[in-house]
Amino acid sequence: MPSQTTSTISFSSLVPWLIAALVLCVMPFIFTGGGSITIMNQIGITIVLAMSYNMLLGQGGMLSFGHAVYMGLGGFVAVHVMNIVENQEIWLPLPLLPLVGGLVGLGFATIIGSFSTRKAGTVFAMISLGIGELIAACCIIITVFFGGEEGISGDRTMAPPTFGVEFITQKEVYFLIAFWVLISTFLMYLFTQTPVGKMANAVRDNPERAEFVGYSMRWVRYVSFCAAGFFAGIAGALFAINFEILTEQNLNLGASFTVLLATYIGGVGFFLGPIVGAILFTLLQTVIGLQTDLWALYTGVVFILMVMFMPAGLTGLFAMHIIPWQLGRIGMLIKPYSKIFIPGTIFIVGAVCLTELINHVRHHGDEEFMTLFWVEFNTRSIVPWGVFIIFTAVGFWFSRALAVEVKEAWGNATFVEGVRR
Amino acid sequence: MDLIIINLIDGLIYGLLLFMLSSGLTLIFSMMGVLNLSHAAFYMLGAYFAYQISTITGFWVGLIVAPLIVTVLGAGVERYGLRRVHQYGHVPELIFTFGLFFVIEELVQYVWGRNMVPYNSPESLNFIALNLAGGTIPAYKIFMLLVSVAIFVTLYYVLARTRIGMIIQAALSYPKTVEALGHNVPLVFMGVFGVGTGLAGLAGVIAGPSLTTFPGMAFLLGSIVFVCVVVGGLGSLTGAFVASLLIGWLQTFAASYNIGAGDILLAMGYEYPKDVYYHPWRDLWTLTLPQIGPILPYLLLVLVLVFRPHGLFGKRES
Repeated sequence: MPSQTTSTISFSSLVPWLIAALVLCVMPFIFTGGGSITIMNQIGITIVLAMSYNMLLGQGGMLSFGHAVYMGLGGFVAVHVMNIVENQEIWLPLPLLPLVGGLVGLGFATIIGSFSTRKAGTVFAMISLGIGELIAACCIIITVFFGGEEGISGDRTMAPPTFGVEFITQKEVYFLIAFWVLISTFLMYLFTQTPVGKMANAVRDNPERAEFVGYSMRWVRYVSFCAAGFFAGIAGALFAINFEILTEQNLNLGASFTVLLATYIGGVGFFLGPIVGAILFTLLQTVIGLQTDLWALYTGVVFILMVMFMPAGLTGLFAMHIIPWQLGRIGMLIKPYSKIFIPGTIFIVGAVCLTELINHVRHHGDEEFMTLFWVEFNTRSIVPWGVFIIFTAVGFWFSRALAVEVKEAWGNATFVEGVRR
Repeated sequence: MDLIIINLIDGLIYGLLLFMLSSGLTLIFSMMGVLNLSHAAFYMLGAYFAYQISTITGFWVGLIVAPLIVTVLGAGVERYGLRRVHQYGHVPELIFTFGLFFVIEELVQYVWGRNMVPYNSPESLNFIALNLAGGTIPAYKIFMLLVSVAIFVTLYYVLARTRIGMIIQAALSYPKTVEALGHNVPLVFMGVFGVGTGLAGLAGVIAGPSLTTFPGMAFLLGSIVFVCVVVGGLGSLTGAFVASLLIGWLQTFAASYNIGAGDILLAMGYEYPKDVYYHPWRDLWTLTLPQIGPILPYLLLVLVLVFRPHGLFGKRES
């Protein structure tokens, strides 16, 4: 990594970005299945949103419960602009629309941030919650702009063609989104390298010392907040382009919770964390969401467990293993990990099946048969109940017993003479 | 005039209900420095537990047992969840309670379904207590009022006059010193968290029959409770009380006076547009006070935070 003082960008620091661009270009030709491009579009939008959220939570230490507001407002304006373009009142090619959304997000962030970033921590979180609720409630009653319950819809294909492309197919939209994902991610990375981006970390960790260095912590938070609002607005416009509709659902508390969830699961401590989180979360949402109507419960439980036991998220879990890797002791962990994997899986499968079974009996009690993991069985017989309870209990018992072994192996693998961890 | 009295009573009942939640929330906040975002979820749990119990034994057993179950659950959450997350800092704690809110909401839907449950007030309270020209007040509402007032008085007495209350108050400001004096401060924390959530549960038990018991009830009231706590000033019990009553009346009065924005515009001398439903300012003409009612608390919140960031009664530096 070149130091910040060098003004020229070395080629080697650009390599990861070129690889990312290449991957983005190749993806739609590898995954050609019907729904895969739709899912990838969703992932792209979530990536931009989660990355922008992490500018607040991960890099600036500001916990926002209303980040979806900036995305939603950017999206609503984008749809309106799309409709104005359709009436040929202004000329704007579709690929530039995210810029409009971004500017809207930036605009609202400059207004709201001017008073909400005075304090970090709980006060900031509460203001974000209040603003989020206020705007979500306004959404229902101001029908001219927000369209009430049914929202506002538009038509992206009516914009003037860009180099002959009219963005009719999902694939064309994919490249538009991929382009903006790359640009925004790159810009957000550059932001972390600026003095303000660096100071944001300092303000997060120790605001007092940051002030002594000569930076106003409020100003640093404000700049981060505005930047985050800008990129959230871009995500909103991308959402508007992809789905051509925005409703109250896209900016309410639930939507903000989704952003928090995706970002946190990926890991807030690392630049790549939100990307991992966005990909995984969207995949889970679309894949598991099709299989069960309890997916929100599962993600919620996983989220709670992660906050309790794995606060660094998935990327954090990965990064933890760098130390044993450097010590050359990663091999010591393979055996205990594979040992706990089997009872752990049995426990999870058992618990999930039991949950699904209870849900089935409670809410679809009239249907006698149900299918779980490609096996059809009778819910009235005692056998599935017994099997699932045994699975859960046995899996839990052995996982707990083996967890001790894993802990011990972990201690051995990371043990360095004279260093306490 | 009668309508005003009825609204005053209704608003008072609603405000005291809000206070039952916001008092626990404030106590927990001033103790742990953490806003329990899942507080309203415990309120909902109280209502659902009471409903489940009332299907077997009737209303009165549920009134006693459901809040106790919620208290134990709340204490468990503090002991096994929050205390663990506490070591990571305040932000993960907030995230934890926020996530807990959604999990409890999903769990309630998982167990009791997405529709409302038929949780009703007891037969013995199904009569009209007050009959005024403008409307009536059912006896159940008077019962709610009495329970809330009793809780308020008890809470005040315990905190201000008893030994336990003194330990709690001391533990709020100087936990280390109190611990050095031989008191089990983590136990006090757990107890306060449990009792706070238990109070929320009790609020749910008595509010369930009157405000309907459905999975969205936590969300509906929860966000208003946070408004109360923040408007009153984080950590101030008096502030929470005043703000709860204020918002209770604000919402009740806004809901019962059907003043349209159009009437005001007409009175100001503007002309009514011909095709109001296609007019660019149609919302200005068609909005009514009951429609704006739900956003008034948030508006108040934002205004208070802008002009008086520490709340009405909060300390300057929090």
